[in-house]
Amino acid sequence: MTAGAPANSAPTEAAPKASSRTRSERKLAWMLCAPAVVAMLLVTAYPIAYAVVLSLQDVDLRFPDEGGFTGLSNYSAVLTSDLWWTDIFNTVFIMVISVAIELVLGMAIAMVMHRAIFGRGVVRTSVLIPYGIITVVAAFAWQFAFSPETGFVNNLPLISDEMDWFGGRFSSFAVIIMAEVWKTTPFMALLLLAGLVTIDSQLYEAARVDGATAWQRFTRITLPLMKPAILVALLFRTLDAFRVFDTIFIMTRGALDTESVSILGYNQLISRLNLGLGSAVSVLIFLCVFLIAFIFVRGFGAKVEEGRPGG
Amino acid sequence: MERSGRDYALWTIAIALVVILALIPVLWLISISLKPPEALTDQKFIPSDISFDNYKSLFEGGIDDSPFIKPLINSIGIALITTAISIVLASFCAYAIARLEFPGKRVILAGALAIAMFPPISTVGPLFDMWRTLGLYDTWLGLIIPYLTFSLPLAIYVLVAFFREIPWELEQAAQVDGATPFQAFTKVIVPLAAPGVFTAAILVFIFCWNDFLFAISLTSSDASRTVPAALAFFTGESSFTAPTGSIAAAAVVVTVPIIVFVLVFQRRIVAGLTAGAVKG
Repeated sequence: MTAGAPANSAPTEAAPKASSRTRSERKLAWMLCAPAVVAMLLVTAYPIAYAVVLSLQDVDLRFPDEGGFTGLSNYSAVLTSDLWWTDIFNTVFIMVISVAIELVLGMAIAMVMHRAIFGRGVVRTSVLIPYGIITVVAAFAWQFAFSPETGFVNNLPLISDEMDWFGGRFSSFAVIIMAEVWKTTPFMALLLLAGLVTIDSQLYEAARVDGATAWQRFTRITLPLMKPAILVALLFRTLDAFRVFDTIFIMTRGALDTESVSILGYNQLISRLNLGLGSAVSVLIFLCVFLIAFIFVRGFGAKVEEGRPGG
Repeated sequence: MERSGRDYALWTIAIALVVILALIPVLWLISISLKPPEALTDQKFIPSDISFDNYKSLFEGGIDDSPFIKPLINSIGIALITTAISIVLASFCAYAIARLEFPGKRVILAGALAIAMFPPISTVGPLFDMWRTLGLYDTWLGLIIPYLTFSLPLAIYVLVAFFREIPWELEQAAQVDGATPFQAFTKVIVPLAAPGVFTAAILVFIFCWNDFLFAISLTSSDASRTVPAALAFFTGESSFTAPTGSIAAAAVVVTVPIIVFVLVFQRRIVAGLTAGAVKG
């Protein structure tokens, strides 16, 4: 890092004529940003562009002699296959249900962390446990727990001893969704908590004086004021949930119609070595993610610049 | 406002519920990992007999024959190197964004966010093809490079949020007091920035440690396979024994240190996770 960097309090509005000082400041800034920006472009923009090129070609590593430009035929092959639409349904189903549950649970946990009379530290500590665990490890833990052979779940009251969770499509989804919810609710709760603490507590006092019930205070004060935080948390979690891969791969490997679109992409690219078809799937997934982000930002007015990646 | 006994009871239940739900899978993994093979199917949450054979089998045969030691080394090495590279590059970038005024900084932040959001499966195919040509397939570098796609944006975001909070005037104040620019930077700014850098490093490490998709797509052997990928391909002692016990033991070995670490640094991690999430 450069010692004695120029401006101390940076001017917030660019002067009409850039003085030599602002010019040298810009130069320094660009030099400092260049390595990270170039690295990000190289590791993402280039592969994405290459994926687009591959998706327009007939590239199958099992038949290296064939090949060549095929236009959009890979895309039409994907979009006319039942498998793609089944997998879209699966992915969206898992995404919508798990994000909805996470929002409710995350809100509840955020309220507990914010309002608890005691034990806030304990809650925060335990909430971070799922965050620190490898997704694959969590998936194994839940798989072993629900497995009819090794699991303790079927021993619980109200659950049939014979229940074969991974023997059916929607019972598999139930376990997959529960593992996803367990792993990612903490992130949701922490993001919501960050929004919750910014609400002025005097608003609640005033509402209480005016005779508002707890539920009215929640729906008339908390929810409207938290809308930006909720939208950002929902956007990040929705995009993340759309990429669901690890949990499904470990639990079912996509058997019994439980495949997500990411599993489909992996199967085409890595298992079947069909780079053309697989890249078409990848590009379509990319477009879906873009579409979801667009809907959130334009449709619901999510302020993305206030958000952050990760989760 | 008075707190009634009922309030306390309700809060206790709520808190206990959260704690139990968070801990169940971890306790369950420990439980399975300690069960001897014949007790594996007893469906009990708490093992009645305890055996450490699963742990012994993980490390048996030393570095060459153990199914676990090499992936563990790969995981630690790859995650550490990626973290170091990302933190260095992101620190420069975040310093400029937080402190200097220049056209394009909003574009860089928005671009970083967009990159963090996009699906890793989109780059897996091209990387697989390029790595086979370039000889990077199944190497450490072959994983470190794709990990930068998520680690750089994450590090930049967390660091920008932290760097914006640093009182940069102190650097000038130190110079007024007679410190050289270098001293002012190393003695005043570096200590102020260190906690943020450390937090970003923890988060990036956890992300690399967690990756599965790149790890199974771009590796094929113990030369670079990381723990999550190795777990997915674990086999039992013989083809007739399911590897459940070994997987559980390996899972415990890679989970417990991270949990301890996360708990020790929990304040920083919470600050880093929510950094920049809400302006104000």
